[in-house]
Order: sequence, then structure tokens, then C-alpha cells
Amino acid sequence: MQFDLTMPAQLTSALGPDLLLMGGAMVLLLWSGWRRESDEHQRSVGILSMVLCVLTMVAVGYYAYRGYTASDGVIAVDNFRWAADEIFLIATLGTIAMSLDYNRREGITPGESHVLLLFSTSGMMILAAARDLIIVFLGIELMSIAIYVLVGLNRRRERSAEGAIKYFLLGAFSTAFLLYGIALVYGATGATNFLVIKANIVRFNLQHSGLLLAGIALLLVGFGFKIAAAPFHMWAPDVYEGAPTPITAYMAAAVKAAAFAAFFRLWLEAFPTLLSTWHEAVWWLAALTMIVGNLVALAQRNIKRLLAYSSIAHAGYILVAMVVGTSLGSSAFMFYLFAYTMATLGAFAVIVALGRAGEDNMEVEEYAGLWSVRPGLAVAMAVFMLALLGFPIFGGIGFFAKWYVLEAALKAPFPQTRLAVILVVTSVVSAGYYLYVVMVMFMKPRSSTAILPERAGGWTRAVVWGSAAIILIFGLFPDALVSLTQRSTPAMSKEVALRSR
Amino acid sequence: MASFLDSIGYNLWVLPALLAIPLVGAVIVLMLPVREPAATAAGVETPAARQVALWLFVLEFVVSIGLWWSFNPADTGWQAPIDIGWIPTWGVRFTLGVDGIALMMVLLTTFIMPLSVLGSWTTIRTKVRSYYALLLILTTGMLGVFLARDLFLFYVMWEVMLVPMYFIIGVWGGERRIYASLKFFIYTMLPSLLMLVAIIYLGLHMKGADGTPDFSYDRLLTGAVGMPERTALWLFAAFFLAFAVKVPIFPFHTWLPDAHVEAPTAGSVILAGIMLKMGTFGFLRFALPLFPGAAMNPTIRMIILILALIGIIYGALVAMVQPDFKKLVAYSSVSHLGFVMLGIFALTLQSVQGALMVMINHGISTGALFLLVGIMYERRHSRLIDSYGGIARVAPMFAAILTFVSLSSIGLPGTNGFVGEFLVLIGSFRTYPVLTIIATTGVIFAAVYLLWAIQRILFNPLDKAENEHLTDLNKRELAMLVPLVAAIIWLGVYPAPVLRRMEGSAQLLVNRVERAGSLPRVSEAGR
Repeated sequence: MQFDLTMPAQLTSALGPDLLLMGGAMVLLLWSGWRRESDEHQRSVGILSMVLCVLTMVAVGYYAYRGYTASDGVIAVDNFRWAADEIFLIATLGTIAMSLDYNRREGITPGESHVLLLFSTSGMMILAAARDLIIVFLGIELMSIAIYVLVGLNRRRERSAEGAIKYFLLGAFSTAFLLYGIALVYGATGATNFLVIKANIVRFNLQHSGLLLAGIALLLVGFGFKIAAAPFHMWAPDVYEGAPTPITAYMAAAVKAAAFAAFFRLWLEAFPTLLSTWHEAVWWLAALTMIVGNLVALAQRNIKRLLAYSSIAHAGYILVAMVVGTSLGSSAFMFYLFAYTMATLGAFAVIVALGRAGEDNMEVEEYAGLWSVRPGLAVAMAVFMLALLGFPIFGGIGFFAKWYVLEAALKAPFPQTRLAVILVVTSVVSAGYYLYVVMVMFMKPRSSTAILPERAGGWTRAVVWGSAAIILIFGLFPDALVSLTQRSTPAMSKEVALRSR
Repeated sequence: MASFLDSIGYNLWVLPALLAIPLVGAVIVLMLPVREPAATAAGVETPAARQVALWLFVLEFVVSIGLWWSFNPADTGWQAPIDIGWIPTWGVRFTLGVDGIALMMVLLTTFIMPLSVLGSWTTIRTKVRSYYALLLILTTGMLGVFLARDLFLFYVMWEVMLVPMYFIIGVWGGERRIYASLKFFIYTMLPSLLMLVAIIYLGLHMKGADGTPDFSYDRLLTGAVGMPERTALWLFAAFFLAFAVKVPIFPFHTWLPDAHVEAPTAGSVILAGIMLKMGTFGFLRFALPLFPGAAMNPTIRMIILILALIGIIYGALVAMVQPDFKKLVAYSSVSHLGFVMLGIFALTLQSVQGALMVMINHGISTGALFLLVGIMYERRHSRLIDSYGGIARVAPMFAAILTFVSLSSIGLPGTNGFVGEFLVLIGSFRTYPVLTIIATTGVIFAAVYLLWAIQRILFNPLDKAENEHLTDLNKRELAMLVPLVAAIIWLGVYPAPVLRRMEGSAQLLVNRVERAGSLPRVSEAGR
């Protein structure tokens, strides 16, 4: 069925949770401007924002439970969207919780920072729902503009400003690529709706249209920037390092997930008939991203840069699920996104918990001997590192995520054995830097001059232990999560599977 | 005994209990209170942890020993089986079972673990609770590997072993512990992940009508045999690498001297005594029966046998020139495990049984040697052979036991070492006479490096002042060595009960591989 967005009842059935979040964010924006800037006010806005997030999560859950699907129209209504929304909202929730403590420490008082996160999240939810190139553009802009501001939130720090400018320039640049790609695709197919594009490609026999291929290539570059896939990843480490740590977590987890969700849907719903054309490009993107991300991460000594490269590497693993392109690939994609988000969120929460005001030094070596002074945080960080490494039991869900992607790669209509082997070998390389963090925390002695980190705020600790618990519990009993993700595929991906065979 | 065990339903709960006791125990140990706050600041924690851990391991051993009687040697199927669903959407089940091969490995593990606690009794002074908790978790992992009947579960357990040992080496190890632990981790992880790819491939190959993969070992036994030869070869290669690193087969052994030397005493004992057997066990349980065609391919078989042979000779020669006694023992493991590989790939009933015996004996003798090195190190803080000399005069009991254990490691008749290596050699001689003759020199080299070392340690003149006041073994050290000595004598004099329990499974393995692998005319390949 198609939703008629001019009718209020149908508009809410298609966009209910999104409208709830946006409307709530508007009200919170007013509320945060109502009082003088202060730490208490910042916290109250933050807590209300978290409440709004939880409400939106419930709404998303309810919509998923009702099980509407819309097979065409500009707004996609399917489980893929709902699952992606839940992941964005969890990441947002964690980010706001960390920010509460972080902002207090750094003396960041505007409560609007939390509201900006909510706006950015609305943009992500639109991205996950977009089935039209114009909506994709809208979502990307809504998401990114809020982030440009947030990266520069700590305006007294040079690094933060540098990161903000870099992100803004490169973001604008990549948007230009994206827009140009949209224009060329529109020029070639005469449509912006994914499904119409797909139909028109077949109808007008555009498989070899240069215009269309150029458009797809530009879209690939644009999305490559957003998901920080090699060779379009150069901005990520600087921006991640400069941004306030909770915002870094948000970028590494949610922003990447949202860009991926739109990328995934666009590719599988609009261009499935060109599979043989884009397949190889995405294959190389995946391989290169895994190799570059992991190798360069080995050389990093700053924890935020290390995690930035690790997130690049993970973009490569997720791309493997995309290359597979079947509904199995799509559920592996969703599972991986969830696992990666939890581990990344947790790891950054530990960094927030161990940071000091000013956070000029974020060297891994500062964590030397952490085990003897903050055993809980050290063990949690080890869990997150092992989860990112994809280690069973101790890394919980991280292993099952890798397993799922590997299984999808080997089960694909064209088994991606070589890609699976690259994934495996680069995972071993990643042990070099994830274990480096573990080694420093557990095996290096604490230097006598090291300052004991202050006890972390309650919200940050809640994020640390919450994500660790989710990782470990689902790491023992992943079945519920697997069956959820198996139902969270885009409505169209089953057709893709058939066609590619 | 058997009827008593039946009356308490022993077979129904023993295997999950064996996996659960250490896990629960780890939690208990971690929750123990730190007794003296003042002492904690100095890094000394409560010794209660070590006592609790010791009793937990003794309990584990007592629980496991019932398997000795409840096990029916005539039955070659799985005994005390457990089968519970785990991840139904992926077709993964939590299935356990014990056969003759696994039985001995389980008993070896539960036998060695309490002794290794005694070996760490006084040497582990920091983070005591975490240390024993890790030992307990490690035990679950090791037993899980031996008991798993599902390849997914096997893989998970295989990796679970890795992290505790990584921490044990890296936190409580010697000077180069960080390097050694990372090397150990990465060396093990790379081939393990390749094995994971192979396991997924196998699981998907066996998928049911609804597309759910199936990782059940029993189903794969029949299902994997019919694979195309090329595929089977690649899969075998993945399994081979994972196990070869663990064994370790030359040239994949370079992690071993570092890990063994840098690990604390208990770590070395467990590494050598139990974890090296994971590799050879993997060959017996998975690589051979699942891919008989690839494993019995004459070229591949020859290559593996030659690598085993190089391991025997090379390990012995390198051991001979080590100035460091711990490193000498470490390299002797390479040599001994070469015998195991020879026995496995010679594939006769005797050679496989011999290989199993060497696995057990090596665990006991080398475990004892590492404990003895630990005792030496604790007193003198040196592992160099040159720092000692003539200490038989000041520490006669120590000298007697070291000599005895060394003789068993060499394979003196009347000790366990003889039974195993002799069986391997006579078993292998039937299929590969030339290789076996060369391998026999390994026994001679073993005599050279060990006897020469104990001569320099125990019997040369007592010419160093520091050594004049060495104390002999105390009660704790005797308590940990006497069971090992007793086991050495028992297995050397009367190994029949052990052999009888392993015979059925070994015979089944040999038949299965020979039948499925369309064994080439062995005498040709041997000459």
C-alpha cells in the first residue's frame, strides 16, 4: 500500500515516531531557552531528552509490533527501518547520558546540545525511512548540520574547532558529491523514488547508461565519505579526535549506522538490477576499508584516533554484509550494527569516565595499570575491546556479529569466500591494537606520577555497565536478537536475492 | 562403583557439572573478601583465594574421576551425552559427550589443575583472586574443547581458553611477558579464525531443508566425507593450521618457547600439560575423521609426517644447546609432540594408542618438569643451568624426583614415557619403517639433553656459594610432586586399564579414516 502523506491519519501511521521525536525536540528547544544557562538546566534538558528518546523507542516498538508495511511511496515502512531506528535511539540515549557528566566536567552549559542530538537523530530516522533520493538528502542534511555544530561544541578548545571546520568542509564536499549523483541519476532515469528508478532502469534499458553509472559512482563516493570507508576516510580520525568525546561516540555509532542504513536501502532497492556493475566497486570498497582501517589503527597511540580507525575498519566489515546483498546479508548487517554500536558506545563511555577536564592527552599509555586502580572500568574496557575484536564469550555479542557476517558472506548466492578470508585476516590484525589497549591496562605497571582518575559520574557508569551487560548477555544467548534481525530486512531485499541468483 | 554412580544418575549430570563447577568457582573466588586492607595496599591479597581454588579443583577432580568407572570401554559411542538447544536459528546446539579419547584428556586436565594451583601457591602474590579465577575459567574452556560435540561450541570453547592464558602469561609472567603473551594470542588466533571460516562452511554444507546450518559433529562425520576433493583440501588446511600451531608442529612452533618460558609456573604446566594436547586432540577428533580423503592423501600425509619428524629431531637438538632449563623443557615439548603427530598420521591402532599415551605422559612428565623448574626458580631466581651444580648434595629429595621425572621424559622402561613412545614406534614401523627409524634417534637425543642437563644441575661439583644453603622440598612441594611420580610409575608398569579405555575409540578412528579415506598402499608411501 502507499501512504498518502497529505492525510493526517496516514501521515502519522507512516511517520509517527519521527513526528513524536521532532515535536518533542522543538518543545525541549523552547524549554532549554527558557531558563538561564547553567549546569542544572543542562542536566534537566538532558534528562528530558532521554525521556523523549525512551518514548520514541516505545513508539517505534509499537509501530514495529503493529507490523504495517508500505511497499512503495516515498516513505518506507518496514522492519528494517524500525530496527535501524532503535539502534539510533539507543546510541542517542547513551550519548546524552555521557554528555550529562561530560558537559559538567568541561563546563559546557548550553542545554541545546542535547536537543541538537535529538534533531540529528530525527534526521537519521528519516534517512532510515527514505525511499526517495530527495528524502535521503533531507535526512542527511538534517543529521549533519546538527553534528557540525556539536563537533565544535567545546569552542574553547582549538582541536574542537579544527575538527568542526574539517567536518563541515568535508561534509559539504561529500554532500555535493551526493547531490550531483542524485541529479545524474534523476537525469538518467527521470525519477527520484527508489522503486521507480528500479523500474525505469529496466523499462528504458539503462544498464549501460553512462549518465546513470556516473550518478551511481558519485553516490558511492558521497556515501563513502559519510560512512568513512577507505579511501574516503581521511577526515574521520581528526574529527573524532577533536570532537567532544560523547559526540565522537555518537558519530562513530549512530551517524555511521544511519548513513549505512540509507546506503543499504538505496543500493538494494534502486539498483538491484545493476548488481553486477556496482558489486565489484563495493567489494573493493569493503576490502580496502578493512585493510586500511586495521593497518593504520596499529600505529595509533591516541585512544580516540585508535577507535576512529577501528570504526573505519568496522565500516569495512559492514560493507561485506552489503556486498552479500541478500536478506541474510541485511539481517547480518543489522546485527552487526547493533553489536558495533553497543561496543563503541561502551568504549567511548569508558574514555569519558577516565577523562580529565580539558582532555588534552588521550594517550593509551595513560591507562597503564588501570586495572589496579579502577578494576571495573578496566574489565569493561577489555570487554568492549574484545567485542570489537569479535571474540566469543568474553567479547560477547561481537563474536556473533562477525560470525553472522561471515555466514552471510559464505551463504550468498555468489559466496564471498575471498572477502571472508580478508575479513578474518584483518580481524587478526585488529587484535594488535585492541589487545594493545588491554595490555596497557592490565600488564603495564601504573606509573607513580599518574593521577588517579576521578570517580566517574553515575550516568557514564550506567552507559558503561549497560552496554557491557547487553554485550555479555546477548553474547551468551543471541537467539532472540538473531530472530529479530532476521525479520528486520527491507521489504525489497527478498526480490534482490532472487534476481541475483 | 559403577552401580553407585548409576544410583546417583552420574552420567546425566557429570559433564555439565564439570563445566559449571569452575565457572561458579571463578565467581566465588572473585567475590572473596580481601582479608587485610593494609596488606592490599602493598599488593598482597588474601591467601583464602588459593585455598578455595585448590578445593574447587579437588572437587572437580573427584567429580571427574567417576568417569573412570562409569565409562564403558566396549561402547564406542558418546557416553554421558548432553544435548540442549542453544541458538536454534543458527542450528547451534549445546551438545557434550565423552569417548575414550576425551575421557583421558578430561582426567588429565582435572588431575593437573589442582597440582598447578599448588605450584602457584607462593609465587603468585599480586591480584591473587583474579589469577585463580582465570585458572578456573581456563579449566572450563579446556574441558569444553574435549567434550564438545558441536563444532560451533567447540570453536567457542577453543577461543575461551585463549583469553585467560593470555592474561596469565601477560600479567603474572616473566620479563618479556607482554611480548610473549601477544605472540601467543595472535599466533593462535589467526589460524583459529580460518578454522572458523571452515566451520561455517561445513555448517552451511550440512544445512537442513529450511536452510538452518547444522554443526553437529555426528552429522558432519557422515556428511563431510562426500565433499569435493578440492573443497575438502581447503577445509582440512584451515583445520590443520589451527591445530598445527597449537601442537605445535615445526615450523609453527616459534610462539611456544616464548610463551612457556615467560609464563608463570602454573601457566607453563597447563600450556605444556594440557593446552598443547588441544592440537593433537583436534587432529584426532576433527581433522582426520572429517576429511579423511585430504588427510590420507599420500603427499599431504608425507609432508605432515616429515614435519613431525623435523619437530622430533629439531626440538631435541635445540633443547640440547639451551642454557635456560625452562627453555630446554619447552623445546623438549616440540620433540615429544612430534612423536604424537607421527603416531597419529601413521594411523595404526598401536600408533594412535601410543600417540594418546604420549599425550598423557607428556602432560604428566613435562608438567612435573615445569613444576620442578618453578621450585628451582623460586629458590635461586635463576633458570640458567650454569647457576646450579651439585645441588643433589643439599637437596637430595629434589634431585631424586628431578632425576626420576627426567628419566620418564626420556622414556626409560618402567616409566610411562617408555610405554607411549614404544607404542608409537612399533605402530608406525608397520606403515612407515624408514621414518620410524629416524624418529627413534629422537629418543636418544632426549637422553642426551636431559641427562646432560641434570648432570650439570645436580651432580657437578657444588661450586657456587649461593647453592650451599638451598632448602630441599617442603611438604607442599612434595604434595604436588608425589601424585605425578605415582602416575608415572603406574602408567609405566600397568598401563592396561588406560589403554583398554582408549582402545575402542582409537580403533573406531582408524577404521573410519581408513575406510573413508581409501587409504593408499601405505608401504609405498613409506619407502
